[in-house]
Formats: sequence, C-alpha cells, structure tokens
Amino acid sequence: MTMNIELIRLLAFLVGIIAFAALNAAYLVWVERKGAAHFQRRIGPKEVGPYGLLQPLADGVKLMTKQLLVPDGVDPLLFKVAPILLLVPAVMSFVTIPFGEHLAARNVDLGLLMIFAFASINVLGLLIGAWGSANKYAIIAAARVISQNIAYEIPMLLTAIALVMATGSMNLNEIVAQQGGGLWHWNLIRLTYAASPLTPIAFLIFFTTMLAETNRAPFDMAEAESELVAGAFTEYAGMGFGVFFMGEYANIVVGASLVTVLFLGGWQSPLPFLPGSVVWFLAKMYAIIFTVVWIRWTYPRTQFYALLNLSWKVLIPISLVNLVLTAGWLKVF
Amino acid sequence: MNAPVTDRHPAVLDRTAETFVLNLGPQHPATHGVLRVKLTMDGEYIVHAEPVLGYIHRMHEKMAENRTWAQFMPNMGRLDYLAALSYNHGYAMAAERAEGIEVPERAEYIRCITVELNRIASHLLWFGAFVLDLGGFTPLLYAFDDREQILDLLESVTGARLTFCYFRFGGVYNDIDDNFITGARAFIKRLRSRMPMYHDLVTKNIILIKRLKDIGPISQEMCRRYGATGPVLRGSGVSFDVRKHEPYSVYPEFDFDIPVYHECDSMARYMVRMDEMEQSMRIIEQGLDKLPDGPVMAAKAPKILKPAKGDYYAAVEAARGSFGIRVVSDGTNTPYRLKLRSPTFSNLSLFSEACQGMILPDALALMGTLDLVIPEIDR
Repeated sequence: MTMNIELIRLLAFLVGIIAFAALNAAYLVWVERKGAAHFQRRIGPKEVGPYGLLQPLADGVKLMTKQLLVPDGVDPLLFKVAPILLLVPAVMSFVTIPFGEHLAARNVDLGLLMIFAFASINVLGLLIGAWGSANKYAIIAAARVISQNIAYEIPMLLTAIALVMATGSMNLNEIVAQQGGGLWHWNLIRLTYAASPLTPIAFLIFFTTMLAETNRAPFDMAEAESELVAGAFTEYAGMGFGVFFMGEYANIVVGASLVTVLFLGGWQSPLPFLPGSVVWFLAKMYAIIFTVVWIRWTYPRTQFYALLNLSWKVLIPISLVNLVLTAGWLKVF
Repeated sequence: MNAPVTDRHPAVLDRTAETFVLNLGPQHPATHGVLRVKLTMDGEYIVHAEPVLGYIHRMHEKMAENRTWAQFMPNMGRLDYLAALSYNHGYAMAAERAEGIEVPERAEYIRCITVELNRIASHLLWFGAFVLDLGGFTPLLYAFDDREQILDLLESVTGARLTFCYFRFGGVYNDIDDNFITGARAFIKRLRSRMPMYHDLVTKNIILIKRLKDIGPISQEMCRRYGATGPVLRGSGVSFDVRKHEPYSVYPEFDFDIPVYHECDSMARYMVRMDEMEQSMRIIEQGLDKLPDGPVMAAKAPKILKPAKGDYYAAVEAARGSFGIRVVSDGTNTPYRLKLRSPTFSNLSLFSEACQGMILPDALALMGTLDLVIPEIDR
C-alpha cells in the first residue's frame, strides 16, 4: 500500500511538473513579448484575450496545426529526436527542485549533481538538431554552443562546488533549509555563518554562467538571428520549433530556480517572522526570469571570442580564487 | 578582451585549410534589402567575400534616356529611399546647371533644411538597424520613434514620407509654413535631449565598444582606391564632405563642422554618424533663423527643359557619401545619357577586401557601418 502511495505521489508530481514546465514555457513567451514591448515603448500582444493573455494559446494552436516539415537532405531521425532531447532533460531537472518545504517530486541527496548532469544533455540536443538539419548556419551555431557550454560549465560548477563546501550538502532541500531565518541568512549575503566573503561575486558569476548555459542574450550564440539566421533552429518549423522553444524556456526556469535555491534562500521568506512558502520561491524565480528578459532586450550580443575570453580569462580564475578562499575560510573558522 | 586583429590572420593565411562556401543573402537578416554575399569560409573566418549585386536593378540610368527631364525626377526618390531628398537635390542641381536656372534664396534654404532633416532621419534609422545587426533590438524602436517625427514634418511639406519628389527645376514645389518651423524646432529640442540617452545606453555600452573598437579597419589608402566617401571616409581620418569642400546651394552660409575620426575602425564610423546628426541639427537651426522671405520657385523656370548640348555634372553630400550625377544633353527634351555615381556602390566595393580574415559577426558589423542601401547600389 505504501508503495502505491509513493507511486501515485510520483505520478502526480510528474504530471504537475510537465504541466508547470509547459505552462511556464507558454507564458514566458508572453512575458518575453510583453516585456520586450514595454522596454521598446510598444504595447505588445493585446488582441487575443485580455492583455493578450490568450496569445500563447493561439501560438500553440498555430504551431501544432502546422505540418511537421522535414526538409530534403536532413537526417530524419536526428532531426526529429533533437527537440525532444532538449526538452526532456529540462523537465527532468524539475524533479529535484524544492518548490516548497514539502513540495519536491523527489528529495535526491545529490540533487545539485543531477541537475548539472541533465543540463549537460541539452547541448547534445542542440548539436544533434543542428547536425541533423544539414545546414551550414546551424552547424556554425552548434559549434559555437558547444565551446560556449564547455567554457561556462566550468565556472558554474566551480562556484557551485564552493557553495557545496560551505553548506556541506548537495541536497537542494538541505541547502534551502540552511538558509532559513531571514534575508541575512541567504547564501547571497550570509552574515551569520562562516562562508566565503566572495559569495556575492560567486552569485554574479553563477548568474552570468546561467545566462550563457541557457543561451540567453547577450550570450545567445545558438540563435544569433542577425548573424546565423536562426542558428541551430534554422531548418525547424511548426512544433519542432515549438518544442525547441519550450525546452529553451524550461531551461531558463530551471536556471532561475537553481539561482533561487542556491543563493536566494529558495522558499524561505526574506523576513524571519513570515512563514516560508512556495510563493516566495515563485516570486524570487520570476524576479530572476524578469531580469533575464530585461537583459536580453537591453544589451547587444557579445562577440564570440569575447565570450570565450570572458569565461577562460575572467570567470574561471575568479571562481578558482573563490573556491580556494572558501576552502581556507572554512578551515580557519 | 577582444583578440587583436593581427591574431586573426594566420587562420586565413593557411591556404591548405579546408574551406566551404556560405551563401549570405539575398534574404538574410543582416544584409538589409537584397544584397547577397558569397563567402568562402574557413570555420568562422572569412577567406574571401564576393558581393553579388543586381537583385533590385531597375535600369534607372536607361529610364532617364526615355523620359523628359521632369519625368525622371520621381526616380530620384527611389535610389536611396532613406535619404531621398539629397538625390532630388543632386538631380535638380544638374538640371538647373544645364538649363541655367537661378534658384531663389528661400528655396535654397528650404532645400538645405529638408535635406538635413532627411539626413538625420537616415542616420537614425541606420543607428537602430546597426545596433540590431549587433543583436540589440531595442534601440531600433527608439530611433524609429524619433525618425517618425521627421517623417511627419517632411510629409506636411512634401506630401511623401519616404520616396520624396519635392524639388523642382528652379526651386521646390511647396513652401514651408509656420507649423513646419515650430515643428522642426521642437524636434531638434527633442532629439538633443535624447542623444545623451543614446550615448549613455548604447555608445558607452561595454559590449558595443568591444564589438566596434579596433574591429573592421578600413585604411585611408583603401578608401582612396575604392572611392569610398561619406562617413566611411571620414571615419578613416579624411576630412572630405562635398558640402564643405565643393560647396553648393547655401551651405557656405552655415557654420557647421565635419566630424572626422582617425581610428579607421567600426567605432569611428559609428561616431561620425552620431556626430553628424548634431551638425545637421545646427544647420537646420541656422537655416530656420536665417530663412529669407520670397518666392520658392524661379519665376522664369521653363515647363519643359531643353538644355543646350553639353555635359553637366553636380555632386551633393548624401547621407551615405558623395552622390554625383552626370548628364549629357543633346538639346532635346530628354537626357542623352545620365550617369549616377552612388556612394554606397563604392563603399560596398571595399567590403570584399576589408573583411578578409575577419570572423563572421565582425564582418557583419563592418557591413553595418558601411550603411548599405541596396536599391541605391543596384539602381
């Protein structure tokens, strides 16, 4: 009987997570378009439903009713499997994210490691899609994305390791639980706990690498519409394109959740007398996502070699220093 | 953090490297209009670039030989549709020289004011589109917002918003009114208050600086060889502006500077255009202050032109460089031969040499700084 309850719980969570990811992907497009419009003194979507709120639905119906076009000369299997390979790992990452105190599908001890493992797979999805579509622009984009991901996963992991050293756990629930008791207990500005004084810089590094890992502007080398037409997605139309974009947005949600969990106290409330709840988590996560949208519509795209130089010459050395300093700090105190 | 230019050449000099051909355009987001460039690439490095023209060739020069002088005027709005009034001006000047028509002073002032407004509109659109090429979408909409004010003003006097046909042989066809004058002053005030914002948010943006500074060098020598003019030439440290160096119309009566930058890089060309908008605003202000009363059309301008046999030339400074027009008249009511010297054709010619060894996004940034308008190249 207990077995069954566990199974039902898991199924309910899986359905919930997929719905959450899909709904977020759809409505983040709306947020993106509406946000972009207001940054640009436009109105944005407004015709379909109040404030254009039904626009994602209309877009979804349009994409789904379109023909699943497979151009001549592509590798049909790779071409079709790539969008799924991008979406599934992103959705899987949600399994271990603690949205609330008891609101995690699976409380995995190595949750952080699991998310990084899944995050690595989505690059493979992009590569396969680009390679399968036999398009020169797509392959250039794929080559860029791979070197970008290799370059940025290192500082991301290094900052995460420093954080894990300070918290002593890879369990995301555990990490959040340690940050209880108000704003000043969050890893971002930990004043009461022996943590490296470089943590705010680690936060900035982590945020930057998160942008790069999710292929967001100003690091959007995968798409680079003014250089590479549509980059890795050039040959995709209809729902193939739609699934790719759902995957992209799901990745952004995972990235923002990770920043929230690691640095901003997850579901913990910013003031000690208020109870922690899922509302705090969502508020923080969407604030991060809004910042990501804001950055995209403000900055031009970086140059590709500047992007790699930033990682290898700036972010990796700083995160290494951060790692060593954290280790020393923990040893001394 | 940018790799210096010299670091990027060895990849190209390695002739044994495997290359592939990348077709850029004619439908590509960065080649505004229908420019096509055949790129031979070594990875992301450009080994050889070959611009392919002619997708919007309309035989303007041949058309001139088949219609009367006045009938050809509308074609002048369809070469460079972003700064059409300069081209109106060039053609009107050539015809007036041929026929010997004196233009009233008020008409000359109106011509200068409207041409400079058009120049600002063109540079604003370039500014937005160029940052768009670099991946920053938002400035385009702000630039359009400002440009819209100019188009409204010009529409009120010329009747058109883009393909102007406003100048006549002997003047302009419509006088400007008080609404236009107050509107133009209000616009200058508005743009003056917005330029610092553009500089703060775009020019001083570290990503933009890193993408433009020391990237895309075009030497003076290369400019001379290909006949580059306009902001491209002035960004390479040559102070040449037809308005100053071969004065025409009432430009000698205005006090304005020619922005010149000596860095020869993409940033220099960017800055030249940004500074030119301020200089154009100065010209407009002075023009509005000094605007004399009087007719806007020459009293004795003939309805049908039949210039004496001969060879006539006029050059103006268009938004993209020096626009020259040469007409040969055989004494009939149609030109015998008309030759258009369009600035972007020469400016584009140097692209092939200038972009060698560059990485693709840098080459597209370089192409953006050339400010190409394809109908004006193809004609």
